[in-house]
This record gives sequence, C-alpha cells and structure tokens, in this order.
Amino acid sequence: MNRVVHIAANTFREAVRDRVLYNLIAFALLLSGAAILVGQISIDIERLVVVNLGLTAVSLFGVVIAIFIGIGLVSKEMEKRTLYTVLSRPVRRWEFLVGKFLGLTGTLFVNTFFMAIGVFAALLYVSVPHRFQSFDAWILAALFFIVLQFVILCSLALLFSSFSSPLLSAVFAFSLFVIGSFAEDLRGFARMSHGLTQWLATGAAYLVPNFSALNVIGQVAHEQPISGHLIVYNTAYALAYSAVAICGAVLIFERRNLK
Amino acid sequence: MRGSRKVTVTASMLLLLSLASSVLLLRRLDQVRSYATLEEVLYFNSPKWVKRLSLGYDGLLADIYWTRAVQYFGSRHVVGGADYKLLAPLLEITTALDPKLIVAYEFGANFLSPKPSEGAGQPDKAVALVEYGIRHNPDNWRLYYDLGFIYYWDLKDYARASEAFERGSKVPKAHPVLRVLAAETAQHAGEIRTARTLWRMTYESTKDPMIRQNAVDHLQALRIDEDVTRLEEVVARYREQAGTLPATMSDLERAGFLRGTPVDPTGWPYKLMSDGRIEVQDPDRIPFITKGLPPGMASPQPKPTKK
Repeated sequence: MNRVVHIAANTFREAVRDRVLYNLIAFALLLSGAAILVGQISIDIERLVVVNLGLTAVSLFGVVIAIFIGIGLVSKEMEKRTLYTVLSRPVRRWEFLVGKFLGLTGTLFVNTFFMAIGVFAALLYVSVPHRFQSFDAWILAALFFIVLQFVILCSLALLFSSFSSPLLSAVFAFSLFVIGSFAEDLRGFARMSHGLTQWLATGAAYLVPNFSALNVIGQVAHEQPISGHLIVYNTAYALAYSAVAICGAVLIFERRNLK
Repeated sequence: MRGSRKVTVTASMLLLLSLASSVLLLRRLDQVRSYATLEEVLYFNSPKWVKRLSLGYDGLLADIYWTRAVQYFGSRHVVGGADYKLLAPLLEITTALDPKLIVAYEFGANFLSPKPSEGAGQPDKAVALVEYGIRHNPDNWRLYYDLGFIYYWDLKDYARASEAFERGSKVPKAHPVLRVLAAETAQHAGEIRTARTLWRMTYESTKDPMIRQNAVDHLQALRIDEDVTRLEEVVARYREQAGTLPATMSDLERAGFLRGTPVDPTGWPYKLMSDGRIEVQDPDRIPFITKGLPPGMASPQPKPTKK
C-alpha cells in the first residue's frame, strides 16, 4: 500500500509540474472571467450563464487533462525507460497502475478544486446582492459528479494506455466519453428496437460508461436540488465502473511483454 | 499460487463483480432519476441554438431528439399523460435540425393538438409545426392533410380545414382523397362520414404504430356512436309499434327489427337498458366513445399501454 501511495504522489508531482496543466487551469479561470462578461450582457440570467459556462469549462478542461495525461501514464514511463527502473524494485505491476491512477485522480481533484473557486468567485460577482444562496450548494454536487466523470475517464485512459499507442488511446477514450454522454439515448434506442438488435444495443448501453447520469449542470443551473440517492448511486456506479476498467488494465498489463 | 497468477485471479473476480455492480447500479440510477432530472430540464430549448451547437451533425442530432420526443410522449402516456409540456420544444428542435423528417410533423399533428391525456392540448403549436413543415416540404401532400386534420378535428375550423385539403390536392402526386375531403369538409362538416374518412386516411397513410392505434380507437368509437344511434332509433320504432319498450334484444329480433344480437367492434354485445337506452358492455375498455355510456359518464380516454 505504501508503494502505491509513493507512486501516486510521484504521479501527482509530475503532473503538477507539467506546464500544460497550469495553462489549462489559467484558461479555465479565464473562461470563468468570460462568464462574468457574458453574464453582464445576459439580462436576468447572469447566474444561469455563469453556472452553465463555468461548470462546462471545468468539465471540458478536466476531460482533456484526464485523457491526455492518462494516456501517457504508461507509455511515457516506457519511452523514458523509467518503468523498468520502477519494476526492477519490489513494485508489482498492479501497484504501479493503481498508483498512477490514484495520482492522476488526485491531480484532477486538486485541479477541479481551483477551477471551482473560480466558478464560485464568478458567481459571487454576478449575484445581487453579492452573497451565496442556499441552492448554490447544489453546484458542489455538480462539481462532485464532474470529478466522478474524471475518475471514470482516468481509469479508461489507463486501460487503453496499457495495450495501445497514446494516439489510439486518446481516440478510444474520447470516443467513449462522447458515446457515454449519450448513454441514455443509447438505452432509449435499445428499448425501441427488437430481437437481437435490442439485446446487442442493451448490452452496449450497459457496457459504455454512463456520463449522462453524472451531468447535472443544467439542473443546478436552474436551481433544482440533487437527490441524496442520486449522489450515493452515482458515486457507487463511478467507483464500480472505474474498478472494471482498472481490473482490465491490470489483467492486460500483467501479461504484457515489456522487453 | 504464484504472485502473478494470484493477481490475475483476483483482478478477474473483481472485474466481474464490479461489472455486475455497475449494471445493477445503472438500473437503480434509472429508477432514482426522476422526470425532473431526465426530462423536465431541456438544457437547450432554442432550436436555433441546438442547430448551431450540432456543428453540422444535424442529421444525427435530429434522430436523437426524435427518439427523445417519442420516448418522452410514450413515458408520459404510460403514467396517464397529465401534460406533455416538452413535446412541442422537442419536436421543434427535431424539425429545426432536420426539416425533412416528415414523421415528426405527423407525430406532432396527432399528439400535440388533442387535449390531455390523448395529447398536449396545444393545437396552435401543432399548426405552427405543420406550417413550418409545409414551408420546407411544399410538395408533400401528407402535411396539408395533417394541417386540415388539426383544423377539422381539434379546432373545428371547417373553412380552414377545407382550405388546407384544397391546397394539398394541388400538390403534384397528391392523394386523390384530398380533393374529396376538401369538398366533404365544405359540405358535410361535423358529420360522422367525414370524420370516418379522415381517420381511415390517417390509418392508411402512416406506419407509426402509436398513430395507427389512435386512428383505430377513433374509428371504433365512431362505429359505436353510429351503432348506438341506430339501435336507439330501432327501440323507438318498436315502442311506437308495440306501445311498450323491449325487455331484451330478442324482442327486437322477434319483431323483425334486428337480425341477430348486435355487437360492438370489439365483439361484445350491446346492452339494452330498462329505459330503452343502449349501452356498451364495458365503457372503460373503449376510448373516445360519446354514446352508449352510462348516464353522467365522460368519454373514456385511451388506456396507457407500454410501447
């Protein structure tokens, strides 16, 4: 366990040192600033615009970070040959993978934390009077769901990077993100089809990650509450799905010839 | 057990367990996510905005919105259909993305216009949707038919209905019945035979199972209304001749007014009441009928059916 924590800490340090990461944070804060401008010219819907734009920016930048850093977690170590140094020590392959996953997830959590500060600051700025309302607390739930999206995406990026090239891994992970965002429509198609098509479509609908259930941006923007059940089930679902992807990655990586 | 093998077995078991958990959790999530979460929040309710955001993939997005519209209507219908407030924006977005999607206009004409629980009770929106469809598909006679249908059936504006059928009859390759409908609507508005022609036309010209079932229900109701009127006339004639009301349908048969026991379109015999009225056996089973009901009972609405 100690070894997993060390690898996670190293992954976090490496990611934080990454200039791309800093640029993205700066850009997200810039976007939140843009939200203020848009909010000022959108009469009576300032809060709506700030929440929609701010949370969408947090989600999109996090998704880009999760995919592009996640796909390099294994391949970069192999390219720099540091993986061999790590594995020559008493570190198991699964510990390496799990450590990498936790490190990237932690990075994204910290990243989201700073972006969230930007969103709340923008919200405070456009609110009249300048104070938070009780329903603003639901934005925290939306942010938590966004972090859960990142957890799933990190695990998927890790899975693909365990057997594929960085470019293909990015394509696979991004494709699954897009498909997963329409997961409920996919289940809708499945319900409307018949016979074998229905079985196949239902199977595919349950196999792809359900990102649509984790997207409550519109709901919180309209000041609607998030149920406690949804928070519990979404958390459990994100953890279960990530576990599937990580176990898959471990199984592949255990058998991979690293020579 | 070697270390690597142990990891493989543990990871495999964990994978299967997590996969099963994720499927179960997803099913629970579907139950937990209420209409408010799933349907009532239409994030982008402006068709223009959705079209801009589609980045050129209009067709695919139109198909997705079309599926959402059908699912939305179906799911609301199952629970009684108190309102369908998102049906109009969903269909507007669908047709803004793909103005050639004729089935969406057809669906809108049939389910936006009628009152809840049969539809959304928004005939003005239905007219606007179909007029939009006509602007983008001026050569499609079916849209003129739908427009005329809304004016005739829901708005009872027979002059405009006749005008819509007339416009449609001038379209190249228009169905010949449009010319007949234009004339019938002008001369026999409100009569059962015109209504029957309309619903039969709806049944024959669509492939949508929901629209077909709706047409079948209306045709059955029209037939029952007609049967009940005719049978009550027969009872009145018997009373004039015999000086008393018939006790059973057999009395009418014996007197030569009927040949056999009359049955409704679903195969159930009509009931002769002691006051000479005719009733159907089970009025809740037959939607839209206006006659053959127990005194004071409102016209029944269709039973929700899972699609």
